[in-house]
Amino acid sequence: MVKQGVIPDDLSKPFWDAANAGRLEIQNCSACNRLHNPPVAACTRCKSGDNLEWKLMSGKGTIYNYGVVYDCPVRLLQQDQPFNLAVITLDEDSGIQMYSHLPGTPVDDVPVGAAVEVIFEETANGQKVPEWRVIG
Amino acid sequence: MATENAPASMYRTTEGLGVWEHKGKVAAVGVGHSPTTRRWDGTAENTMGANSIFALRQAIADAGVDPSQIDGLVLDPVTTTGAHWPEGDPIPMDVVNAYNQTDDPLDGIAKLSAEWILKNMPELSNVKFTMYGPGCMSHAIVVAAQAVGEGRTHTCLVLKSWHNLEGRYNQAGISASESVPGSFAMAPGRTLWGAPGSYGTALQFAEYCRKYGKSHDMMAPFMSNSRRNGLLFPEGYWAQHRPEHLTEEDYLNARWIAKPANLFDNDIPIMVSGAYLFTTAERAKDMKQKPVYIINHASSRGTQRSILPTLDEVEAETASTGRKIYEGAGITAADLSFENMYDGFALFHQFHLEGLRYRGMQNGDALDFYQKDISIEGPDPVLPSGGNIGSGRSRFWMHTDCIQQIQGRAGARTITGVKPEIGVSGGPMPMGGNFTVWSATPD
Ligand SMILES: [Zn+2]
Repeated sequence: MVKQGVIPDDLSKPFWDAANAGRLEIQNCSACNRLHNPPVAACTRCKSGDNLEWKLMSGKGTIYNYGVVYDCPVRLLQQDQPFNLAVITLDEDSGIQMYSHLPGTPVDDVPVGAAVEVIFEETANGQKVPEWRVIG
Repeated sequence: MATENAPASMYRTTEGLGVWEHKGKVAAVGVGHSPTTRRWDGTAENTMGANSIFALRQAIADAGVDPSQIDGLVLDPVTTTGAHWPEGDPIPMDVVNAYNQTDDPLDGIAKLSAEWILKNMPELSNVKFTMYGPGCMSHAIVVAAQAVGEGRTHTCLVLKSWHNLEGRYNQAGISASESVPGSFAMAPGRTLWGAPGSYGTALQFAEYCRKYGKSHDMMAPFMSNSRRNGLLFPEGYWAQHRPEHLTEEDYLNARWIAKPANLFDNDIPIMVSGAYLFTTAERAKDMKQKPVYIINHASSRGTQRSILPTLDEVEAETASTGRKIYEGAGITAADLSFENMYDGFALFHQFHLEGLRYRGMQNGDALDFYQKDISIEGPDPVLPSGGNIGSGRSRFWMHTDCIQQIQGRAGARTITGVKPEIGVSGGPMPMGGNFTVWSATPD
């Protein structure tokens, strides 16, 4: 599945640069040691933007939940319907979620609770994006 | 001066505020609706602005008020959640010129300002207070109720309008573009991953089913009941255009949108306007209709930790909303005659119900409750309005129904298994919305 291209902006650029280098980095407030995804302009706990940095993750996670998309608003993905759309939580912090199409997992045959690991896929404009595969 | 959004201070968003200081001092006395249509036909006679004027005039006439007595207008300036005017598409100037314009040619067509209404309803010559309750009727109602309570206006129109255009919801614009901004791609909602509008709700429902051992087919009686109630709502879309019952079989065989959300779990976008007239309890005594007293309003402003609210986050928020609703009204769940919480998407109505502890319900009980008698004839009516599922996407049927049930003007939809004395309505989302408690008596 080829996703729409991505044009990094100021807030998100470190995430996308890391993805192009094959690393999963998530925004973290170093004062609170609190991860944020999506990234924020100010920490949701201490309300300060002064201590936000980007932190390398292990790339290990768990399938938290999923649905199957049959009627997608995004034109580029309509040819791939139906497809899995899962929510992954990170092993570093189960409160932090990421989306995944779960490449390699049959449609509607998703093992909720299974371990996954990050991979990186190219989008339509060459920008890489984190995706997730079931381990084993 | 241009109309502004209501300040945050007008919403009751936290627990511990005590009984609403204006409890029973504000009343609804008039109701008006435009006809419904699926989409705009491109004519000047049938614009969203024309519907707005129609609904407002109906509400004024219904209340038996002289327009010159009206001194307030509260509305939602946003008139769609997904039918956006395509960028660069020409705006039909014959339609624009059929009305008194503001400086925005889409005003009255695909958005709505208070100024546009006042320019096109010259009979509203004494309106001095205008304010926006942006989001939906549920916002506008709590803003208007608070405004009347605070004495900012004594006779106030409340309006919510919807336009709908050709083309499929949310499929133009960024959904059709080759690339998207990096922050947008990381945000909730449709992005690189293509989540339909109901996806988030579908996932919360899936988690709910796993946790409590429930299934999607248990929704069927609720869906049939909602359509049935909607077909008894002569102002609604299905009653006016497609008077078809929704059988449990129809529902269970419907195509998926974002499994476990199917076609019918998504409300149908339509064009419609709805309006109410609010006034002080004092003035309401002399008006044509029986006053329906507002005994509380409460708002929810939940935030999720990451991309999608988890079931735990949803349940914590709706429980808090339930406590706020009862605290400010000075009532308990046992005092509710009926409920009209929001349902567009159908798969979250149970979160609202369980948050209210409606009929003693606890988390995980609602789908079993749906298997019992939830009809308007029974003692435990669920969504007697039929909601958005029963009458199309207005986000206001449930408010109209609360008013009409308590006034004894709900017609064939009248609940008969319980005396309609106190009802609650509101929404939209379990994680964020605005709620109103309506009562036959001020205390
Ligand atoms: Zn912090």
